[in-house]
Amino acid sequence: MEKRKFVLCIFIFTILSFFISASMAFALSNVYKGNIYQTGPLKPTDSTLKVKVGDPAPDFTLPAISGEKISLKQYRGKKNVVLSFVPAAWTPVCSDQWPGYNIVKDLFSQHDAILLGITVDNIPTLFAWTNQMGQLWFPVLSDFWPHGAVAKKYGVLRSDGVSERALFVIDKKGIIRYIDVHDINKRPPLEDLIGALEKLNK
Amino acid sequence: MKKALFILTTVAFLLSTLTFSVLSANKAPQKGEALPTINLPIPKNADERNYLGLSGSGSFKIPQIKTKVVIIEIFSMYCPYCQKDAPGVNELYRLIESNPDIKNKIKLIGIGAGNSSYEVEIFKKEYRVPFPLFSDKDFVIHKTIGEVRTPYFMVVKINDDGSHQIVHTQLGEYPGAQPFLELVLNVSGLK
Repeated sequence: MEKRKFVLCIFIFTILSFFISASMAFALSNVYKGNIYQTGPLKPTDSTLKVKVGDPAPDFTLPAISGEKISLKQYRGKKNVVLSFVPAAWTPVCSDQWPGYNIVKDLFSQHDAILLGITVDNIPTLFAWTNQMGQLWFPVLSDFWPHGAVAKKYGVLRSDGVSERALFVIDKKGIIRYIDVHDINKRPPLEDLIGALEKLNK
Repeated sequence: MKKALFILTTVAFLLSTLTFSVLSANKAPQKGEALPTINLPIPKNADERNYLGLSGSGSFKIPQIKTKVVIIEIFSMYCPYCQKDAPGVNELYRLIESNPDIKNKIKLIGIGAGNSSYEVEIFKKEYRVPFPLFSDKDFVIHKTIGEVRTPYFMVVKINDDGSHQIVHTQLGEYPGAQPFLELVLNVSGLK
């Protein structure tokens, strides 16, 4: 009986590994050369949200690569805010996400929105990594210490200490209007995020 | 009982073999080889259809383009090098189109790896890309060409008998429009 269970486990594992591997696809820019650490396929999500659409967004203050400190509340009444949590510097998918946002500043501006990029990496790591992406127009914030505190506050800190690949759209009143905790192995399509921004003024 | 175990083990073994072969089957296309089968939608835009010498609707395969040489760029709107090289690749298109000797002999297309149609349009608009770009949202094409990094260039020669072969591949390192055109003319025998 035990042997049967064991074989059944192998059988299920094999099928799962096939589908997980098959879905692990990303186009990696040559800009990073061989410096991207291959994580392999990861559990799509690994945390429980602590906020929902309609909730006030928890405030936070984090250091940016530029040296300044940025608080969510400084945008209250002035700008809509998109928070883009990505799991970690120097990993696949993440490395090919923000460079795309970097060429659509006009789309964010059209919707009176600022983008804040956040990871749990420390500032020097973020500095070196984002330098490969060219000049980014949006602030990149470090949620390194206390480790992942902001990610934890929003409920997107995974059990291994990195954050989910998650997007939050927060309106000028500080209310969360859109949440996408995406499969960590895949990049969220840009049209979904822009669609959420378009709904803000409706 | 033993029979069930045997069947399960066999199925598990076969599936693992299949998994391995699927994941390792596709490598980057090599010089001298034919392209893997890549189906692209015939552009809805009449200018793009005319540029490629295609008509009607449905899909087409790259060797059906009415020309002698096709330059394919695998790009992504999320790729910083593709962004940086975009103006230079546009210049390549202009160099070809402004030279009557090669205008109808070399065509240029781009395939956006993992990019939705929306994302491809963003790239096209942002960099005013004058040649046809295609979406490969689910990485189907990207997988058939060995999940190459971007930007990746392939130069394909189409022979008079309809056969074709890859005459050059290149990962990044775009040297600028004129040197790249020289390279294309040399490797394709157009010069």
